[in-house]
Amino acid sequence: MKLRLRTPAFAIIAIVVGATVLLGYFINLPLLQELRAIILNWALILTAVVLLVGILNLLLVHLKKIRTEEKNTFYSLFLVIALLITFVIALVFGPESPWTIFIFDHIMLPVETSLVALLAVVLIYALARMFWRGVTLFNLLFAATVLFVLAVPALLSWIAPLPLLSELHAWITQVWALAGARAILMGVALGVIATGLRVLIGADRPYEG
Amino acid sequence: MGLIFVIGFLGLMLLFGIGKLSQSRRRLREIPAFLRLKRAIGLAVESGQRLHISLGHGGIDGPRGAAGLVGLSVIQKVSRAASISDKPPIATSGEAALGILSQDVIHAAYRLINAENHYDPSLGQITGLTPLSYTAGALPAIFDQQVSVNMLLGSFGSEVGLLADAAERTGSLTIGGSDNLPAQAVLFASTQEPLVGEELFASGAYLQVNPMHTSSLIAQDILRWALIGFIIIGAALKLVGVL
Repeated sequence: MKLRLRTPAFAIIAIVVGATVLLGYFINLPLLQELRAIILNWALILTAVVLLVGILNLLLVHLKKIRTEEKNTFYSLFLVIALLITFVIALVFGPESPWTIFIFDHIMLPVETSLVALLAVVLIYALARMFWRGVTLFNLLFAATVLFVLAVPALLSWIAPLPLLSELHAWITQVWALAGARAILMGVALGVIATGLRVLIGADRPYEG
Repeated sequence: MGLIFVIGFLGLMLLFGIGKLSQSRRRLREIPAFLRLKRAIGLAVESGQRLHISLGHGGIDGPRGAAGLVGLSVIQKVSRAASISDKPPIATSGEAALGILSQDVIHAAYRLINAENHYDPSLGQITGLTPLSYTAGALPAIFDQQVSVNMLLGSFGSEVGLLADAAERTGSLTIGGSDNLPAQAVLFASTQEPLVGEELFASGAYLQVNPMHTSSLIAQDILRWALIGFIIIGAALKLVGVL
């Protein structure tokens, strides 16, 4: 018999495992706690295996790009070589060896830092482009808040402290902005619970392939 | 208390999902992003252009996993509609489990339309395993694959601005939603159709993935009003000195 993840048996496993972990979180029964700990340990091991599968997927996608000579093949070739070199060095010398640390400190970190710098420019450009798409009340409110929250602390540290401006800044960031952020997070939390429950009752089955 | 809340939530979802109560309450308020998305999906299929769904790097095993699961539901719906296209939808993710599940969901969509032999595993790609490497890896998918609609639906940080900028430069429609507040702010400024707050979690209901998405949205609305009520009552009681 060819077993597929969409077989109802797998949905039952997902539901039972999910329910056990959830109940173990709320109910303090020794057996339930023990089961929850075992399942979470299995999940940790699986996560590590899945990470390896993920790296393999990354490698295969770029090998395919090289084979089919897609656009910008050079970058894929560069990625494959860099990935293999890093993998071999980390495997042979260990993840904490000076060679591995050198790769992280002198290649990965500077590359990622340059992307963050690029991001700062992109965000300023995005703010300008937002108005190019159209001027709405929400756009104006958004831009005014961004400028106020970012500009006022700089202004206060630059020039002499202005008590009124300082209090206004604190009032906006600690009352209005915080209340808004909490409201959004409350909505997000409800959405997270709903999504989790849909998976738990088998209404959503992202594992049915 | 937490367990009672979860059971109550589940009860409401099932009540609206199974019972007739759901029939009368299925009118959802209009969200422009979803109206445009539905039209754009149809146009992309007709014109042979690709749809790109970016799932973020939140994984599936923590609180940030829910956003990725929502993205997977959208892939499920979009893949069923657009797999017959010359350029089927492509999904990129920054976490291994999410990437594997995206392949699984796309595979299932192909099987459903009896086109399993056309399935290509590289339609679900893991483009990097750190937030920035994922973003850098996903950029070629936006630039080189003739994408007409980009859906950035998952857990991102502010680095999502780079993806949104790339999408904007290709002239494609960009819809973005995240569970992360800084990412929401970035998406608000940089995408044509941002999903604010919990709108990301309503995606399944608006795209009609399955009836349970609509019922869970109704349950969410009811509980939100209940929570608002509790907060107001609590504040009033505190004000008069009872609490």
